[in-house]
Amino acid sequence: MSVIDLVSRRSTKEDEGSNSIDVITLEHPVSTKRRRRSFRVPRIVRRTVGPLIVVALWQWSCSAGVFTSFEVASPIAVFDAGRELWSQGVLQTNLLVSLRRVAEGLGVGVSIGLFFAVLSGLFRLGEDLVDPVIQAARAVPILGLVPLAIIWFGVGELPKIFLIALGSTFAIYINTFAGIRGVDTKLVEAGQTFGLSRWGLVRRVILPGALPNFLVGLRLALVGSWLIVIVAEEINAQSGIGYLIMQAQTTARTDIMMLGLAIYAILGLCADALVRLLERRLLSWRRGFVGA
Amino acid sequence: MSRGYEEAPEVLTNGAAVIAHNVRRSFNGRDVLKDVNLTIQGDEFVALLGRSGTGKSTLLRILGGLDADYEGDVLVPQRRAVVFQESRLVPWLRVAANVVLGLRPGNGGRAALRARGLAALAEVELAEHARDWPLTLSGGEAQRVALARALVREPQLMLLDEPFGALDALTRIKMHALLQRLCARHRPAVLLVTHDVDEAILLADRVVVLVDGEIALDTRVDVKHPRDRGNPAFVDLRNQLLKELGVNEVDVAPSLLHAVSGGDRQFHRQDPEKI
Repeated sequence: MSVIDLVSRRSTKEDEGSNSIDVITLEHPVSTKRRRRSFRVPRIVRRTVGPLIVVALWQWSCSAGVFTSFEVASPIAVFDAGRELWSQGVLQTNLLVSLRRVAEGLGVGVSIGLFFAVLSGLFRLGEDLVDPVIQAARAVPILGLVPLAIIWFGVGELPKIFLIALGSTFAIYINTFAGIRGVDTKLVEAGQTFGLSRWGLVRRVILPGALPNFLVGLRLALVGSWLIVIVAEEINAQSGIGYLIMQAQTTARTDIMMLGLAIYAILGLCADALVRLLERRLLSWRRGFVGA
Repeated sequence: MSRGYEEAPEVLTNGAAVIAHNVRRSFNGRDVLKDVNLTIQGDEFVALLGRSGTGKSTLLRILGGLDADYEGDVLVPQRRAVVFQESRLVPWLRVAANVVLGLRPGNGGRAALRARGLAALAEVELAEHARDWPLTLSGGEAQRVALARALVREPQLMLLDEPFGALDALTRIKMHALLQRLCARHRPAVLLVTHDVDEAILLADRVVVLVDGEIALDTRVDVKHPRDRGNPAFVDLRNQLLKELGVNEVDVAPSLLHAVSGGDRQFHRQDPEKI
């Protein structure tokens, strides 16, 4: 006999007794649905569903003739284009070139951003000297620097890496700086009373405390660097995914153009997954709200 | 950090662990401490009582080397440790690493240091949590880790800044007993800052009452161990201290007098805006 049966039986009895007791309706504090959730779809499956739906809609709209194949290539056409370029060896080489540029630019950008964030985060003097410069530089549109970058660094790899570094460094700086300044002063004070040296304080308390913010900055920097690499490669390059897209424009190959974009999207997803993995490993001490 | 110590590293104090002479501290022109004189013997447990904002935490911070902007002379031992109201464990270091935070590996190297940390954790009965993250601990457990972190330094002076203030009444009883055991074993000088009159009488050898930055009362606690809240000497001292703190007997509901956490609750009545 369930609790519900018990309750309803008793209330009917009391009705018969016709006592003038107020009837109180009872309910479960949480709906039984929320409590009895035994089957859970694995996380990775749930995260794939959204993109799959988008791809399915995309394919459907192409097959149904909403767009011509010249306007929008269908997913299947894009996949075929990918296979074609892969078999020619074009896709791999250009992808590697782009990946390398992003890795190098990001490496430089993250290092510089981190260096200045620590400098102005730890020292008031550093902040006064560095912060206004960075805030001003941040306001300059990076794409406006493209022509200058070509004049300064020529047409080789250097201008691209310069632009990518610039595109990622500010996100790292801003977030890491905020993270350092956001470290609980009570922890710093405790560290001091327990004999941590200045360097020990930085290494054990302040930098780990700023890590969550740094990782947020890293996410933004990754997005920013992919954004810049495509522009850099479309304007002035003989290789890279951006170059592939530009080539495709001259030959009116919509499928290859969209292939390039799809590759960026997939790489963006991978980069995000990488940072998530980093967060899970490095921030396992946190016990924050992770969503219902 | 401790001005007094650095200036006179060879002062022999004749058994005293704390000597504070004419200590004065003001914030924005307001005197929070006015010429406070306090001496604590090497194995003495002193409770510093006072209402919010009377300067008791300020005095503790000066003794702990956390505040350099005072006037007067202060001498404290080199080995001292602080336990704060919040555990202040570093969340991204495991419990064991928190305990030995800031300690340098001695002759025995890292392994010996780790063993020391584990031994301290065992003393507060948390050895099995050595590998845990601090955020997974309950409030009482975190505070016990903070105690272990203080004890592992073998302090000659323990500074406790309302260490049980944020704990529930039942946990607090257990913490009182634990603190008494630990102090009996290690015999450090202790300065316990609290606004809980019962806690002060229960634990301390001596109670100092701070009112408006001045020591208003400095009295020994002559209540036999184990101290019982119903003991007439206990009740008398409590009434005396409450009076000194500005709480009159008419303010105290009779039912609260013998309640488990009586002292604390009486203060909420009088001082609802405690930090």
